[in-house]
Amino acid sequence: MSSSIETKPQAARHASTNGRVAASVIIWVALLFVPFWLPMVGGYTDLASRALIYAIAASGLNLVLGYTGGLSFGHAAYFGLGAYGAGLCLIYIAPSLPLAILAGTVLGGIAGILVGPMAMKRKGIYFAMITIAFGQMFYFIAVRWNGLTGGEDGLTGFSRVPLHIGAQTIPLGADRFYYVVLALFAVVMAVIWQILRSPLGHSFVAVRENTTRLRFLGVAVDKQIWVAFAISTFITALAGALNAMLTGFASPDDLGWQLSGSFVVICVLGGMRSFWGPFLGAIIYIVAQDYLSSITQNWMSFIGLIFVLAVLFFPQGLLGFIKARTRS
Amino acid sequence: MEALLLYSAFNGLIVGIFYALMALGLSLILGLNGVINFAHGTFMALGGYVAFTIEPYVGFWGSLVVAPLLCVILGVAVERILIRPLYGRDPLFSLLLTFGLAMIMEDLIRTIWGSIGQPFALPNYLNTPLSNSLFFLTGYRVVLILITALVTGALFAVLRFSRIGIRIRAGNADLETISAMGVNIFFLRAANFGIGIFLAGVAGILAAGQLGLSPSIGSQLIMPSFVAIIVGGVGSLLGSVLGGLIIGIASGITAAFFPVAQEVVIYVIMAVVLVARPRGLFGQEGLFE
Repeated sequence: MSSSIETKPQAARHASTNGRVAASVIIWVALLFVPFWLPMVGGYTDLASRALIYAIAASGLNLVLGYTGGLSFGHAAYFGLGAYGAGLCLIYIAPSLPLAILAGTVLGGIAGILVGPMAMKRKGIYFAMITIAFGQMFYFIAVRWNGLTGGEDGLTGFSRVPLHIGAQTIPLGADRFYYVVLALFAVVMAVIWQILRSPLGHSFVAVRENTTRLRFLGVAVDKQIWVAFAISTFITALAGALNAMLTGFASPDDLGWQLSGSFVVICVLGGMRSFWGPFLGAIIYIVAQDYLSSITQNWMSFIGLIFVLAVLFFPQGLLGFIKARTRS
Repeated sequence: MEALLLYSAFNGLIVGIFYALMALGLSLILGLNGVINFAHGTFMALGGYVAFTIEPYVGFWGSLVVAPLLCVILGVAVERILIRPLYGRDPLFSLLLTFGLAMIMEDLIRTIWGSIGQPFALPNYLNTPLSNSLFFLTGYRVVLILITALVTGALFAVLRFSRIGIRIRAGNADLETISAMGVNIFFLRAANFGIGIFLAGVAGILAAGQLGLSPSIGSQLIMPSFVAIIVGGVGSLLGSVLGGLIIGIASGITAAFFPVAQEVVIYVIMAVVLVARPRGLFGQEGLFE
């Protein structure tokens, strides 16, 4: 897991920076006009919303997985808590979209803050096992607390409410909701970008690269991992809340182990070491899932096959692959 | 009251046996192969379903031998082809691969045998209770306990006394050194993986007779097995077995008095152990810290 120190000529560095800026501009422009061009190529806007929601969730997870090096395989728990939190807020507290999203985010984030210190008692592959197990705990709470959560059938009885700004009421159709998701996606990406550029973000990477050395430098490593884990669960919970608003439904599957694995595979597919990796991975995954579930009943086998193939042949992900190619 | 407590604790013990067998295999594979075999549960389910299919031809006792061996053949093939390239890489990848494998196998089981649960026919003499006062003690449950004790005992004897067992334990301590001493660690890891899968296969058939078969039985039983390992302790096989029995009994008792929490209690125990004694009941200090 070591990163090589890059020594590039000045000109080449400029060229790659320019390329990166150009790529970002293209991505944002393309995202801005999705409702116009996506139907032309046979997609639909909700698909793009879902891809962005998964991109938010996976980008949050990647703070732990890719940057801090913690193998969290239970992130669906926080996604699901976000979904249930948002739904319950709409049903029991107030029919307000911002409040519901906030409630879901906070519920999932608090769970992450509480689970973090317990899961962190062990490292490496053991951390993975503990996070999976805690994920199941939330799954069973959702399934068994019938009166509140609707049990195995999932939480229903709420729908996407219009947005109230001042005296104005804005109904949220598929296209408008897409822009809500896009705006939050932009905020999340900006926050992650700022974190990664800050000393805090550098300490996350340092945890991944050389924990012992960091400890000798006087950094409280466990606290750093906890902070990374907590931030990441907040972001994933936000995605879950948005997903509940998208589908009008919170299902126990939102907390299930398959989804946790899917978030990890999204990060791997796109490239765990890249800022845009989870975003690209989410697009690939959502498009593949949408297509596969329309042509075969056995789409779960094919998703599993994507896991296997990604691990065996594509471990650096798409962006890692491109980077390795352009470097040589 | 006491009868209910005894009855529910015994029910829990039976389920705990499945957790223990699963955790034992998982723990073996985790130790030497350094892999969390998430597909362990689906190998277990496969064992049950294969036994279900071949039982009419070879009988219950025959299927108890044949089905786990078929699982072992598949398991070793999986180890050789899919997992072997991943040794020495970030454990993320092996875990992700077995995640995918679990999805594929569960989906294939659903396709082949149907998504509706199947009853697993037991010989009649095993289904009758032994006595009226101990109505919950059927012959099958006694057999189940005996087989588990036998298999576990045999495993510990193999690890203690046989050459391959000693090598497995040595490999757990220091794989590089035994490799330098001329032990074929690729064979050793394949064999170890096979033993783990064998335990899963046995657990699958025993569980099929007790709980019936459904495609998701594997993923239902594997999660508590993780907890069993965490509670029992890192790197301790005995701990994994006891951890499995403890959470099984705790879950069984909770099921009688507060059924809503019968699954959650397992994870609460895990949380308590992680806070109070992070290395688990029998765990070695300094592993994965």
